[in-house]
Amino acid sequence: MPAETVSVTGWGRTAPSAARLIRPRTYEEAVAAVRDCGVRGGIPRGLGRAYGDAAQNAGGAVWDMTGLDRIHVVDVADGTVLCDAGVSLHRLMEVLLPLGWFVPVTPGTRYVTVGGAIGADIHGKNHHVGGSFARHVLSFELLTADGTIRTVAPGTPLFDATAGGMGLTGVILTATVRLQPVETSLMAVDTERATDLDDLMARLTATDHRHRYSVAWIDLLARGAATGRAVLTRGDHAPLDALPARARSAPLAFRPSRLPPAPAGLPGGLLNRATVGLFNELWYRRAPRARTGELQPLPAFFHPLDGVPHWNRVYGRSGLVQYQFVVGHGHEDTLRRIVDRISAHRCPSFLAVLKRFGEADPGWLSFPRPGWTLALDIPAALPGLGALLDALDEEVAAAGGRVYLAKDSRLRPELLTAMYPRLADFRALRAELDPRGALVSDLARRLAL
Amino acid sequence: MQDAFGLPQSLLVLGGTSEIALATARRLIARRTRTVWLAGRPSAALESAAAELRALGAGVRTVAFDALDPDSHETVLGKVFAEGDIDLVLLAFGVLGDQAHDERAPTAAVRVAQTNYTGAVSAGLVSARALQTQGHGALVVLSSVAGERARRANFIYGSSKAGLDAFAQGLGDALQGTGVHVMVVRPGFVRTRMTAGLPKAPLATTPEEVAAAVELGLRRRSEVVWVPGVLRVVMAALRHAPRGVFRRLPV
Repeated sequence: MPAETVSVTGWGRTAPSAARLIRPRTYEEAVAAVRDCGVRGGIPRGLGRAYGDAAQNAGGAVWDMTGLDRIHVVDVADGTVLCDAGVSLHRLMEVLLPLGWFVPVTPGTRYVTVGGAIGADIHGKNHHVGGSFARHVLSFELLTADGTIRTVAPGTPLFDATAGGMGLTGVILTATVRLQPVETSLMAVDTERATDLDDLMARLTATDHRHRYSVAWIDLLARGAATGRAVLTRGDHAPLDALPARARSAPLAFRPSRLPPAPAGLPGGLLNRATVGLFNELWYRRAPRARTGELQPLPAFFHPLDGVPHWNRVYGRSGLVQYQFVVGHGHEDTLRRIVDRISAHRCPSFLAVLKRFGEADPGWLSFPRPGWTLALDIPAALPGLGALLDALDEEVAAAGGRVYLAKDSRLRPELLTAMYPRLADFRALRAELDPRGALVSDLARRLAL
Repeated sequence: MQDAFGLPQSLLVLGGTSEIALATARRLIARRTRTVWLAGRPSAALESAAAELRALGAGVRTVAFDALDPDSHETVLGKVFAEGDIDLVLLAFGVLGDQAHDERAPTAAVRVAQTNYTGAVSAGLVSARALQTQGHGALVVLSSVAGERARRANFIYGSSKAGLDAFAQGLGDALQGTGVHVMVVRPGFVRTRMTAGLPKAPLATTPEEVAAAVELGLRRRSEVVWVPGVLRVVMAALRHAPRGVFRRLPV
């Protein structure tokens, strides 16, 4: 198999490392790649949307799984799909929406693979009712370090270690996923404004259960009484009878539009306090105080940033850091304090989002747990950012919360066991399954996973 | 591994008693660094430097390393890298020499050149190869403004740093795309033991300020760092000053 040594980063474009990039086109090639991985091992990579170093492997191999991209079986009656791990959610939507089915969970981008969705055990705006992605996985085939392919079913230790296991238990080759039936490809969206953080939490607590999808965009540059002001968008798949007559002829059309990509080589500092402050002000002002039942295309509701390919380039050479944490119910004070600190530090973060999670998921290293999760993008070059995030980690850990490994690029390793109590089980399973450490990533090295 | 801000978890200092290197190590230990190797000639000073860093919470080991013995570099540094990945190599050894004396004692002058330049060429290449094999890491080379343009007052030292600086820049270009980041640091006059007794130069700086500049440079993945930053402009002017003028300047 051809391999070239390339510099690899995550979506945040920080901390590059060099690896041999190998793109298996068959399961046999994947098995061969794992068997011949060499002393510095290998790690599967999908579409590279993890922000940090989860799909990097310095000095070793990175297996680009997007070459395994076939959809094998769509069961239109039962609503399941069997596909290769390298198939993207975008592709699934293209194929499944016209048949009246939708993916069970989608994150803020469609450009993630099924394998990556399981490896990071991704969540979406429906977590409070639907849980994480792996909850909808009926089984998957896993190529483990010894070169064998195992069929893994939910409820087994290997399933729970792999869901959220960041690719470190093996290479997922195929997966069977349960789908969500939809009548149309449009969303009926309710929008409202919250004047501050307490107002926002009250609204989410009171009425989240009425919607399948819910998220709040929060203005972290607002200060004083407006700290934590937000725009809530909540929606459901629009039923056929909600569509205007002319749209009913093609209710399941899926035609996402894309702008030209952001150019390479943009300077840093474009996203600063002035530009982001202005953006946030306009975003808040243009949102209606209260509007119900607005019809939006799926991409506009779920994946607004997918409209600008390579939007991460806007952060310039030094890249961006994404910080996402969760704290449980009853720790609202911690959330308030963290929002205050971010606001006081004047982090130029646009499109920070707050969401209320539902039940925890079974994956040992799965991120979600019941409570509040806040996610924000910050330019990595912001002075004092490292120390600020370290301090926030302490608050999160003290409240029994955790940060999301798929987004992490800078956590202090000492805090990991407090954040992920099942880490010892995960390490033990890896030690048994993969004694020579064939599956390893920069993330695993940095945090000693 | 280095994190998103370029902060290393493991550090190898070549020239383990360098005040600039130790100030940098203290700063990095306060953030992410947990493993430190201090390489230098075995001495009480090296051991006490290690003890000082240990007190800050890092695991510190010393290793016998002599810049003047390039034949040993492969073995000595190979052992360090065999113990685990090194995220940051700080090439910090160097001697100032005694210009007036060394002009009359060519063998002494050669020792300055061998320490600062050929020793660094050897250690730099050995480190670069090891970093390239592990696919990540940074090599930070302590150069000097003295290498930017040789001065009458210290051209032996200056020429050795000029060679080192050019070598490190070329090495950085050679390592593009390998995951290894080479950063050249050019401090001005730094108040340390090495410069004690010398007349104070303008724009003097301290080891702590150099350490802060190194941390910032790592975050930005800079290729050249001047300390203080204004020296970049000052030296650009001095570099282009006509020879006759430069010779008469009180620098």
